[in-house]
Amino acid sequence: MILRLLVVTFAVLCGIGASDGPTKTLRFAAQGGLNSLDPYALNETFSQGTLANVMEGLIKRDENLKIVPGLAERWEQLDAKHWRFHLRRGVRFHDGAPFTADDVVFSAERARGPNSQIRGRIPADAQVVKVDDYTVDFILTAPNPILNYEWETWLIFSKSWAEANGAVHVQPASATALNPSALKANGTGPFMIASHEPGTRTVFKRNPNWWGKTQHNLSEVVLQAIPADATRVAALLSGDLDLIDPVPVQDVERIRQSEIADALVKPELRTMFLNMDSFRDELLYSNVKGKNPFKDARVRKALYQAIDIETIKTKIMRGMSQPTPLMISPLLFPLAGEFHRWPYDVASARRLMAEAGYADGFELGMDCPNDRYVNDEEICQAVAAMLSRIGVRVKLNVMPKAKYFEKIGPKRYDSSFNLLGWTPSSLESYGVLTNTVRCRDAEGRGGTFNFGGYCNPHIDALLNSILVEDDMAKRNELIAEAFRLLHHDVGTIPLHQQSLAWGVSRKINVLQRADNQVRFEKIWMQ
Amino acid sequence: MLAFAIRRLFEALMVMLAVALIAFALFRYVGDPVNQMVGQDATLADRAELRRHLGLDDPVIVQFGRFVSHAVRFDFGISYQLKQSVTGMIAERFPATFELALAAALFAVVFGIPMGVYTGIYRDSWLSKVFLTVSLIGISLPTFLIGILLIYLFAVKLGWFSSFGRGEVITVGFWRTGLLTISGLKALVLPAITLGLFQMTLITRLVRAEMLEVLRTDYIKFARARGLSDRAINFGHALRNTLVPVITIIGLQLGLIIAFAIITESVFQWPGMGLMFIQAVQNADIPVMAAYLLLVAFLFVLINLIVDLVYVRIDPRIRIYSKGTG
Amino acid sequence: MNEASPNRLSSTAGVPTARPRSRLGALRDSDLWQSFVASRLVVAAALLTTLLVGAAFLAPLIAPHNPYDLKSLELIDADRPPAWEEGGDARFLLGTDDQGRDILSTIMYGTRASLMIGICSVLLAVAIGLSLGLWAGYAGGRIDAAIMRVADVQLTFPAILTALLIDGVALAIFKRYTFEGGKFWILVMAIGLSYWVQYARTVRGVTLVERDKEYVQAARLIGIGPMKIMFQHILPNVLGPVLVLATINLALAIITEATLSFLGVGLPPTEPSLGTMIQVGNKYLFSGSWWMVAFPGLTLALLAVAVNLLGDWLRDALNPKLR
Repeated sequence: MILRLLVVTFAVLCGIGASDGPTKTLRFAAQGGLNSLDPYALNETFSQGTLANVMEGLIKRDENLKIVPGLAERWEQLDAKHWRFHLRRGVRFHDGAPFTADDVVFSAERARGPNSQIRGRIPADAQVVKVDDYTVDFILTAPNPILNYEWETWLIFSKSWAEANGAVHVQPASATALNPSALKANGTGPFMIASHEPGTRTVFKRNPNWWGKTQHNLSEVVLQAIPADATRVAALLSGDLDLIDPVPVQDVERIRQSEIADALVKPELRTMFLNMDSFRDELLYSNVKGKNPFKDARVRKALYQAIDIETIKTKIMRGMSQPTPLMISPLLFPLAGEFHRWPYDVASARRLMAEAGYADGFELGMDCPNDRYVNDEEICQAVAAMLSRIGVRVKLNVMPKAKYFEKIGPKRYDSSFNLLGWTPSSLESYGVLTNTVRCRDAEGRGGTFNFGGYCNPHIDALLNSILVEDDMAKRNELIAEAFRLLHHDVGTIPLHQQSLAWGVSRKINVLQRADNQVRFEKIWMQ
Repeated sequence: MLAFAIRRLFEALMVMLAVALIAFALFRYVGDPVNQMVGQDATLADRAELRRHLGLDDPVIVQFGRFVSHAVRFDFGISYQLKQSVTGMIAERFPATFELALAAALFAVVFGIPMGVYTGIYRDSWLSKVFLTVSLIGISLPTFLIGILLIYLFAVKLGWFSSFGRGEVITVGFWRTGLLTISGLKALVLPAITLGLFQMTLITRLVRAEMLEVLRTDYIKFARARGLSDRAINFGHALRNTLVPVITIIGLQLGLIIAFAIITESVFQWPGMGLMFIQAVQNADIPVMAAYLLLVAFLFVLINLIVDLVYVRIDPRIRIYSKGTG
Repeated sequence: MNEASPNRLSSTAGVPTARPRSRLGALRDSDLWQSFVASRLVVAAALLTTLLVGAAFLAPLIAPHNPYDLKSLELIDADRPPAWEEGGDARFLLGTDDQGRDILSTIMYGTRASLMIGICSVLLAVAIGLSLGLWAGYAGGRIDAAIMRVADVQLTFPAILTALLIDGVALAIFKRYTFEGGKFWILVMAIGLSYWVQYARTVRGVTLVERDKEYVQAARLIGIGPMKIMFQHILPNVLGPVLVLATINLALAIITEATLSFLGVGLPPTEPSLGTMIQVGNKYLFSGSWWMVAFPGLTLALLAVAVNLLGDWLRDALNPKLR
C-alpha cells in the first residue's frame, strides 16, 4: 500500500499523472480511529457514520437530516404493522456482486443475531420477508412509526461476501480469533477501504462504480486518529491536515484567522444535562443526613435557576451552544417552540431553597468527566461556582470517562450530581426519554441511563403510549406532555446543545451534518 | 559469576511475575473496560454478558493464571478496544518507539557530551554558563510543555517540521521505518528533541561532573607537570576516563527512554508503544496494559541485570556481598 | 522525560566516589567555589526560592483574591488578559483563567499546592527509601535481595500508572472519600512511591561500604544493637547524598505533579496546582490566551531552576572532596 502510495506520489511529482486525473487526497483526523470495520460491532456515531461512506443503508439522510432514499428507492406502509421497501436496481457491491433482497434479509438477521450491538435498529420480533429480488417486507407485531429512522446506520452487508469471509455473525467483543470482516469491508458505497490499521489509520479510495451521482472529486481519504486537541489543531494550522473533527471551541477563532484553514460550526444534536440523585433516601455525598434534598422539586428548581446558562454559553462555549429547556434538540422535535427555560434568577433560587428548608444550603458532591464532552470539566466548574451563590457547596470530582461511567453508571449509580450528554440515535424523543428519564431500580432495570434515578410514573405511562402511537401528531403531543411534566417537576436540568466544530482547509468544500457524520461523497477539493 | 547470573535471571523472572500479579490485582480499579466497548444504549444484560465473556468476573488469581499461562507462549490476548492481538500491536509499534528513542539518545549524546566536556574544562567561560543554564531549563520545564512550545514555534509558526505522527513509513522486512523518507525524518525532529532534551541535560551535567573530578586527579596533574598539551590531557586522558560511567548511564537511559516515552508520544501523537499504553489506560484496555507493563518490566530487569554484572566486574567490593547473598 | 527518573545518574553524581585527590586541588576548587560569580548565582537562587516559597505560604494573607473560594468567582470575568493588555482589568494583574480566577492569586495558591505535594512526596520517598536502603544494606542476604527486587518491581510502574492505580484503589477503599482532599494524598503517594527506589539504592550502596568499616565492626563488637548502629552510626554517612538527592528530586516531584495533572490525574481544577494551571492554560494557547499558560509555566520553571541550583550547590558543598 505504502509503495503504491509512493509510486502515485512520484507519478504526480513527475507530471505523469494517473489516468483518472490528479490525485486528490483528503487528510482527515478525528479524536479516535476506526477499530473494527464491522458496523454492527459497535453502536457509536463516529464509526458508523464514517463506515457509511463505504457501506449504505436502505435510507439515507441529507444535509438537513431529512430521510431520503438510499438502497431502497421508495417504501410504503401497507398498514400500521406492514412496511414494504422497493430496492434500487443495478447496484453492485465493491466485489462486483449485485445487491438484492437476499442481502437485506441477511443483514436484518445479522443485525439481530449474536453479538450485534445494533439490535435496536430492527424490532426483534419483526419478520423480514423477501417478496421478490427487489422488494422486501417488514411485518411487525406492534405499530412502529419510526421503524426506519435509524436505518441510515443499519448498513447492508453482501450475503455472499459475508458467507465467503466467515462474517455471517458479528464477532464477539471478546473474540480471540480475528474475524476478517473486522479488517475489511465490502459495501455499495462511494468509497472503498484501501488499507486499515485499527485505531490508527484507515485509507479510503474512490469507488468508480458507485450507483449515485458523484459530487466529490476525491481519489483518496486518509483518516488518522489524533486524540490530543492541541496536536490536531496544530496539524491543521501547519497544513498537515485538511479536515479535523472536533475543534475545541476556544480554538475556532484562531482557526478562522488562519489563511489556510477555516472552522465550520453547527449546533449538534447532543443535549447536555445535569442529573440529581432523587433516587436514594439520603445523598451519598452531602452533609444532609436522613433525607434527600433532591426529592424536593423546589430544591431541584433552585439549582436550575441558579445556573447562568447564558454566561456559560458566552464564556465557556464561546457562543457555540444553544441553551435548551428540553432534553432533545429543537431540530428533532416539532413542538419544541412552546418550551422555555426556567429563567436564571438567583433571588428566586434562594427563596426556593429557603422554602424547602435549606436556607443555609448544603454540601454536594458532583461528578464530572474531563475527556468526554465539549468543555465538560469547565462547565462543571462554572456550575459549582454558580451554585455556591445559593449556598450549595459543591465538591467537584473530575475524572476520565473510563472511570466516570463506571462510577456513575449502572449498576453503581454512585453519584449525587453529575453531567451527562445524550445523542438520540433514533433522532427523536422517545429514545431519549426511555433511556434517561424513565424510572429505574437500583440495579438499572428500566431507564438504565437515568443517572439521577428521577422517577415520575406519569411520564412512564406516557412513554408506554408513545411507543405504540401510530399517528405522528398525537405522538408528538404525548411527547410534549411528557416534556411538560419533566420540565415542571425539574426531573433533570437541561443545559444546552453543544456545537459541532470542524476545522477545514480552505482548499476543500464540505457540508457539515448536525449529527456529526462526515460524508466524503460531497467534499470538493481544489 | 555464572551462578550469580543464573540466580539473578531467576530473580528477574520473579520480578516480572510480581509485576504482572500486582498489575492484575489493581487493574479492576482503573475503570470499566466494558463501557468503552459498547455503545451508549447497550442493555445491562448485554454488558453483563460481555463481562462474563471477557472473564472479568473471575477472581483475580484466575485471571492472572490465565494471563501467565498465555504469556509464556507470547500470547497476550486480544485488545478489548482494537480487537487485535496485543503481541501484534506491540510488534507493530515497537519500531516507532525504538526509532524515536534512538534518535533522542543520539541527540542527547551528540549535544550532551561536547557541552559537558566544554563546561568541565572551561568552568568559568560565559559559554559554559549559557550551556549550564540551558541544561537547567531543560530539566526544569515539563516535557509536555517543551513539546507544545516546539510544535507551536516550529510547526505552526515557522512550518519547518511536522507537528504530529511519523510521516511516511517504509516497510523493510517486518520493520516499518520512518527513517528512509523525508517526511518521516521531518516528523522525527521535534519529538526526538523533546524526548532527548532531558537526557541531554543529564549527560551534560554528568560529563561535566566527571570531567571536573578527573581533572583534579593526581595523574592529570602529573600529566600537566610533564608538559603535555592541554588538548592531549583533556581528550586523551580526561575524557577517556569519564566515558565508562557515561556510557553506562547512556545505556540505562536508553532503556528508560523506550520505557517511558509516554508523554512525548502523546504530545506528538507518535504511533509508538507509549501512546498505545496511554490510550489503553484511557479505555481500561487491560490486555494491552498488562503486556506493556510486562515488556517494561522485562526491559528494566534486563538492564538491571547487565548493570549488576558490569558493576560486579568493576567493583570487587560489591562482588563479595553479591556472592555473600547467595 | 519527567517519567524517567534519573535514579542511577543522580546517585552516581550525588554519591561521593572514593577517588584520590590532592589537598591542593581541594583548596583551589574551594576557592573557586567561593568565587563571587558562583555565590551570586546561588544567592540569587536562594532569594528566588525564598520569594516563591514565601509568596506561596503567605498566599492566604497577601494574595489579592482567593481562587479556591468558588463564591468569589465570576464567570463573566473569565479569560481577561493581563492588566497592561487591551481589555485587561486592574483587579487582575496577570489576567484571569477560563473560570474567572485571578492568575496571580492562583499562582500563589498553586505554588503552595505544588510545593506541598513536592515536599510531602519527597519526604515519603526518603522515609521509605532510607529505611529500606539501610535495612537492605545492613542485613544483606535474602532481605537485601528481596528489598532490591521489590525496588525493581516498583521501577517498572510509571508514575502515571501508579497514580491511576492508587487513585482507583483509594476510590474503592474509601468509597465516600474521593473528593479534593483525597487527591492530594493520592498524588503524594503516587510520586513518593515512584521515587523511593533511588534513595534505597543510594543508601544501600553507602551502607554496604560503611558496614564493614572498622568503626562499625568495633561498635558491633562492643555489643551495640543493629538499630542503633544503623541509625546512629551509618545514617549520618548517608544523609549528605540523601539531602542532595532530595533537593534535586523536589524539582522533579513538582514537574511530575505537573505532568500527572497534564494527563488528567492531578489536583482538581477547583483547587489548582501549577501543573493543573498549565494543563488548563495549554488548552487556550492557540486561542491567544497565552497568559494562562505562560505565567504558571514561568513560575514552575523558575521554581525548578532555583531548587535545582540549590541542589547543585548542596551537592558540591557536601562533597567531601570539595570541603
